[in-house]
Amino acid sequence: MPGPYKETDLTERVEAFLSDLKRGGSGTGPLRGSAETARETTALLRKITAQARWSSAGDLMEIIRKEGRRMTAAQPSETTVGNMVRRVLKIIREEYARSRGSSEEADQQESLHKLLTSGGLSEENFRHHFAPLKANVIEAINELLTELEGTTDNIAMQALEHIHSNEVIMTIGRSRTVEAFLKDAARKRKFHVIVAECAPFCQGHEMATSLSKAGIETTVIADAAIFAVMSRVNKVIIGTQTVLANGGLRAVNGTHTLALAAKHHSTPLIVCAPMFKLSPQVSRYHNLLLSLQVKSCEILSKVNVHCPVFDYVPPELITLFISNIGGHAPSYIYRLMSELYHPEDHEL
Amino acid sequence: FLLISASLFSVTKQTEGKELTKEEKQRLRKEKKQQKKNKEKKDEKASQGSEKEKKSGSLAAAAPQPPAKSTTVKTPSAVPAPAPVSVPSSLEAPAPVDKPSKTKAELKAERRARQEAERASKPGKKGEPGQQAASGKQKAPPSELQPVIKRLPEHIQVDNPDVLKKLAKKLERQQIPLRLDYGYKVSLFSHLHQYSRKAPLTQQLSIPSTVIHPAVVRLGLQYSQGIVAGSNARSVALLHAFKQVIRDYITPPNEELSRDLVNKLKPYISFLNQCRPLSASMGNAIKYVKKEISNISSQCKEEEAKSKLLNCIEWYIKEKIILAAKAIAESSIEKINNEDVILVYGCSSLVNHILFEAFEKGRKFRVIVVDSRPRLEGREALRRLVQRGISCTYVLISAVSYILPEVSKVFLGAHALLANGYVMSRVGTSQIALVARAFNVPVLVCCETYKFCERVQTDSFVSNELDDPDDLMVTRNGKTQLESWQEVPSLGLLNLVYDVTPPDFVDLVITELGMIPCTSVPVVLRVKNVDQ
Repeated sequence: MPGPYKETDLTERVEAFLSDLKRGGSGTGPLRGSAETARETTALLRKITAQARWSSAGDLMEIIRKEGRRMTAAQPSETTVGNMVRRVLKIIREEYARSRGSSEEADQQESLHKLLTSGGLSEENFRHHFAPLKANVIEAINELLTELEGTTDNIAMQALEHIHSNEVIMTIGRSRTVEAFLKDAARKRKFHVIVAECAPFCQGHEMATSLSKAGIETTVIADAAIFAVMSRVNKVIIGTQTVLANGGLRAVNGTHTLALAAKHHSTPLIVCAPMFKLSPQVSRYHNLLLSLQVKSCEILSKVNVHCPVFDYVPPELITLFISNIGGHAPSYIYRLMSELYHPEDHEL
Repeated sequence: FLLISASLFSVTKQTEGKELTKEEKQRLRKEKKQQKKNKEKKDEKASQGSEKEKKSGSLAAAAPQPPAKSTTVKTPSAVPAPAPVSVPSSLEAPAPVDKPSKTKAELKAERRARQEAERASKPGKKGEPGQQAASGKQKAPPSELQPVIKRLPEHIQVDNPDVLKKLAKKLERQQIPLRLDYGYKVSLFSHLHQYSRKAPLTQQLSIPSTVIHPAVVRLGLQYSQGIVAGSNARSVALLHAFKQVIRDYITPPNEELSRDLVNKLKPYISFLNQCRPLSASMGNAIKYVKKEISNISSQCKEEEAKSKLLNCIEWYIKEKIILAAKAIAESSIEKINNEDVILVYGCSSLVNHILFEAFEKGRKFRVIVVDSRPRLEGREALRRLVQRGISCTYVLISAVSYILPEVSKVFLGAHALLANGYVMSRVGTSQIALVARAFNVPVLVCCETYKFCERVQTDSFVSNELDDPDDLMVTRNGKTQLESWQEVPSLGLLNLVYDVTPPDFVDLVITELGMIPCTSVPVVLRVKNVDQ
């Protein structure tokens, strides 16, 4: 019987993914980019949809929510996992609505009439069984996967619209999106890049070696020199870990200082972030503190050492978001968020 | 070098001024007539007229050339002239001068000055500058608007091959080896030197060196390897080395001590400059020592002169560094309250001293030490503070915006305070001041007055120090990413040492003369010049 084998295979896959996430979070496993995590999450969710036993959309949503909660608990700082779960839930809702025949728009807009008369969409309990639902959902998830695979290229294609020749561009740490962005522009234009190394992990060094090998004039500076050199910088282009619903960022340590320095010199701050990084909810006070290697041990016992991994950057300091669907102002992010996720899924 | 030549200039101009008093009186009479004419012409433009007088009055007497004068006259209007010319003019801007003079060329410049005056603002001058100030004492002011043949310091003209050739010739004359630049320099900084720590200058000297005193050789090595670091430490070490030089000095026959000793010191100073560019505090200390030496009268016997000089140097160290630190600590303690959280950056001897004193006096506070790569000086400060029993937290500079909401005050040290109110300090200071301003946390800078400098600077590029670029490399998990950075042609490493903080980020400067705002630095400089 294929059933039980499928199930054990599925649970094995899920467990393997969870342990990978946990190890990635504690720094012992290999570091993965968020695009990779997003793809793997979506693939896993597709597998769950295909192989788990469910009869109606409601059941499927329950299963996915449950798995989603486990996955986000494994590594809370990796928000792409939760984002993908919410995307899939939204897909399921849409497919269900389409199967029922009601138009999507009517469902999406919560009209005042609906709120007052019927108590909203809570009547919709997704209990109907539709035979083609499974196929439709899997097809939609495949589309999502294709979109995910093309995000970095889509963003990189827009590079020439934003970088002119002989510019000095500043960036911090290491972002694969920004790397692809700059390398694409470098094929046609000559410009100079300054990379802030972003202690203590100094990921900026990798970024700099990679960019200079592509022929871009690169300079590595220490974090302390960010404000000192900012007066000669024309643009600041950064990547981020998460984009928040208010248009703010949760980005790598040191980004807030960079954003303040850019604001002081009125230098535009451009964030290259694919859509899957948009996150409706993020636990604000959960900021990982990783270990900092300090050699002199005798004083270590009397000293508190702080090493936060992420910084919060408020939306007022950001000029532009470049995503795979184009450029947006920070004030537009809430709208994109409402199109990507259903409000009931914000809390998994 | 800039400061030394400025002081020499002021001395010569003072003597010239005294010789011209008779001519001045004639010119004063002519000027009075012109003033009356102007007043009759336009009453509305009285301010313009008086400004014009101020400009004409402020024209220099001794052999000026019209173009040079017009550029010096442009000083008050603060029009940015090309770099070499504006540096001398801006240096002399603080002290308003009123020396009437009338030649054809000067009249032409006067007319030009009138045009400028319409645009210029009035920098605090009196009603009738022409007569009163000129008849008053002749201070350093006359030198302000001389067409200055000011030499730019060599260490910021590395991109000029003529300057490099001149330097090489000078060093050859003084028998000091020339230190070569190392590694690929970022194009924005091609005008500065970049040396490698692994190739100290002393390797190129013969041992024992006949030209340079061994104490100075040792000092140079300590500077270039970073063993003696920090502006106070460097100045004190320099003065101690000079004391040793003076003790071992013997006047050669047919030579005067006051002149010969100064000439003896010149190659030492070039040598130290090659080992590591001189700091502003060291420059001021050298100026003081040279002045004291040249003031020794020829009647003095050698032993007497030497002991006098040694006492002067002792006095300088005691008064300007040690007692100043005490005074600053006393004023700062008023600013430290119980339950304060104080943020400090790097290792400033003065700020550490203040914290120790406050802790002794029984104030309860805790300290957050911010550190940055690649120097990691904060660890030294952390060690000293913890040894005294002060509770500390340690963060890297990228975590400043994470930790600032807890902080009540920021105490920063300074390397030098520039005449336009900018604070020159370790790189990263301006960043901390910026973020503190964004969080509304007060920033206090502690600085002794001997570090006040007449230079002006608006960004961290034109005059800075480039440290060894190899320091930026780091090994994590056995891998060094930037190991072969020299082989990659488009990769450069930038290791800046200083940066300048704009005065609007700084709330207060604590000096031994009191607590002043950043913008009062030129006032203090003026007062010091008058005292001397």
